[in-house]
Amino acid sequence: MTTQKPASLAKKSQNQSTGEFGESVVAEFLLARNARILDRNWRIKEGEIDLVALLPNGSIAFVEVKTRRSYAYGHPLEAISYDKALRLQRLALAWLATHNCLGRDYQIDCVAVLIENDGKHTIEYRANVL
Amino acid sequence: MTLGQSLGVALVGLEGHLVQIEADIADGLPGYTLLGLPDAALSESRDRVRSALVNSQEAWPNRKVTVSLSPAWLPKSGSGFDLPIAVALLAASATIAPEKIEGVLFLGELGLDGRIRSVRGVLPSLIAAYKLGVTTAVIPWANRLEAQLMSEMVIIPMRTMNELLRWLRLGEREIEDELPLILNEKEDSYDFSDVAGQEHARKAAEISAVGGHHLLLIGPPGAGKTMIAQRIPGILPPLTRDEALEVTAIHSVAGGLTSRSPLSAQAPFISPHHTATRVAMVGGGSHAIHPGACSLAHRGVLFIDEAPECAAGVLDSLRQSLESGTITITRSIGSITYPASFILVLAANPCPCGKFTGRGRNCICSSQQVRRYLSRLSGPLLDRIDLRVHVDSLSRVELTQSQLGETTQVIQQRVIQAREIARRRFKDFPWVLNAEIPSRALRTNFQPERAGMNFLHAALDREQITARGLHKVMRTSWSVADLENHSIPTLGDVEVAYALREGVRA
Repeated sequence: MTTQKPASLAKKSQNQSTGEFGESVVAEFLLARNARILDRNWRIKEGEIDLVALLPNGSIAFVEVKTRRSYAYGHPLEAISYDKALRLQRLALAWLATHNCLGRDYQIDCVAVLIENDGKHTIEYRANVL
Repeated sequence: MTLGQSLGVALVGLEGHLVQIEADIADGLPGYTLLGLPDAALSESRDRVRSALVNSQEAWPNRKVTVSLSPAWLPKSGSGFDLPIAVALLAASATIAPEKIEGVLFLGELGLDGRIRSVRGVLPSLIAAYKLGVTTAVIPWANRLEAQLMSEMVIIPMRTMNELLRWLRLGEREIEDELPLILNEKEDSYDFSDVAGQEHARKAAEISAVGGHHLLLIGPPGAGKTMIAQRIPGILPPLTRDEALEVTAIHSVAGGLTSRSPLSAQAPFISPHHTATRVAMVGGGSHAIHPGACSLAHRGVLFIDEAPECAAGVLDSLRQSLESGTITITRSIGSITYPASFILVLAANPCPCGKFTGRGRNCICSSQQVRRYLSRLSGPLLDRIDLRVHVDSLSRVELTQSQLGETTQVIQQRVIQAREIARRRFKDFPWVLNAEIPSRALRTNFQPERAGMNFLHAALDREQITARGLHKVMRTSWSVADLENHSIPTLGDVEVAYALREGVRA
């Protein structure tokens, strides 16, 4: 669906392409664990959900991905304050309502992706952060 | 291991409670929660601990960190929990072995660079922890002198987080020059031989030191009231180790160990300015209740210069401690009792202009002003003062006398001897000083000689003395007798005591 070469999207800023790269890395990570991707970059007025995935245990995971090229500005997940996590929950409920599945088990997950200079990346997956 | 534990102490007044610090590192968004009623300074510990760890080349756990200080109901204050929190976190992230810190007390504030900074109240914290079975304590390097007084414990003073970690991980400690534990018996350089003349006031100071009698010095400016008062701690017997511990603990809680050496065995001398408030005098504060001047003067001298200038009520707020030797302060956060047993020394001018002395030729005050001035010292307070003496301006003869007065050392020896006599006399009783003899005991076991009693009863009949005054004079007469080595106060001793109390009509 998306390219692994962010540089090909010439018009986007580097930050945007970094973000997209991180999201695709996480999508692969989830697929490798038998999850099904239900939605990507679902956007409404209040904000955006990076990834929605159906986990093998039947729970719907709403995933926020933070991608960084260094820790120079602190840990990526520190950028998610408690208030932001609560906003993610509101978005998750909005998604569930839109897709007629309110009442399903769901969880909010946050993922940090660090891209090293040589192109390698590491994933830190924090499930159910609320 | 995602759970780490360490020990700290929370002080309430001089009383310490052991606090178990638990740190839990859980998955989830990076965050830090501190539980257990922390005050503002303690809440800020998060940022200090974090920077200190990072700058000591330790990893900060970018996870959900929960730190709990239990017992949870006890309000905790101050920065002394930085160190135990940091250690508990390191144990939780499994970078130090938990058994290394088990049963070890940690005290200290952290600098952002990992330095371990001094905190207040180290000595009382150690005393409390020792009573609760803790035998090893890591404390800030800067507090090592006062910590040394707790020679029963293994004290490990540390300068930086790195030094501490080297010790915890490798057992390595930089070898330190062990300081000898010596109590300094004389701290200041004041000597009684500096005081020219003033035989009367010198005698009163000596008697005051023997029996623990409170003293009022009245005299014109420049006569030497302050000089005499400053020299009283020097003639008091040196503090015993237990007394020194007690005094240092109070000063440690008040944060006053910069001005007073923690190893001082000299009786403290505290002289609050006459503009001091009641809270400054007796102690108080809303977050933590700090000891006031009267507790800092515990086992020493509380000197108030220009006493009539004190705001109404300030001096009278001392009455509880004059009676009981303790002071209880009650605020919304609770009630705290500090020890406050001291010799009160008040100094006053005879009148607002200060010149109503001798024939009072230069005094410009009206007679009414003169009368009103000393009456600002309330009756109930004056009643508790056993010795009231005039310190007159020096005459030419006294000032040019080449012969120096007695030295502090000579007088202190006499005071120690006299106190020893009293101690032996009171060995079967719960008090040690003459000023503490209860009235009942005065009437039964401790009456002066018959002739002395007749003298006092005659004064009572002429209404020159009240019943309370009579008892005060009897107590003072015991101190005079102890100095003179009389086994029982003679008529002469009683007359001296009477003159020292009633010589000034306030």
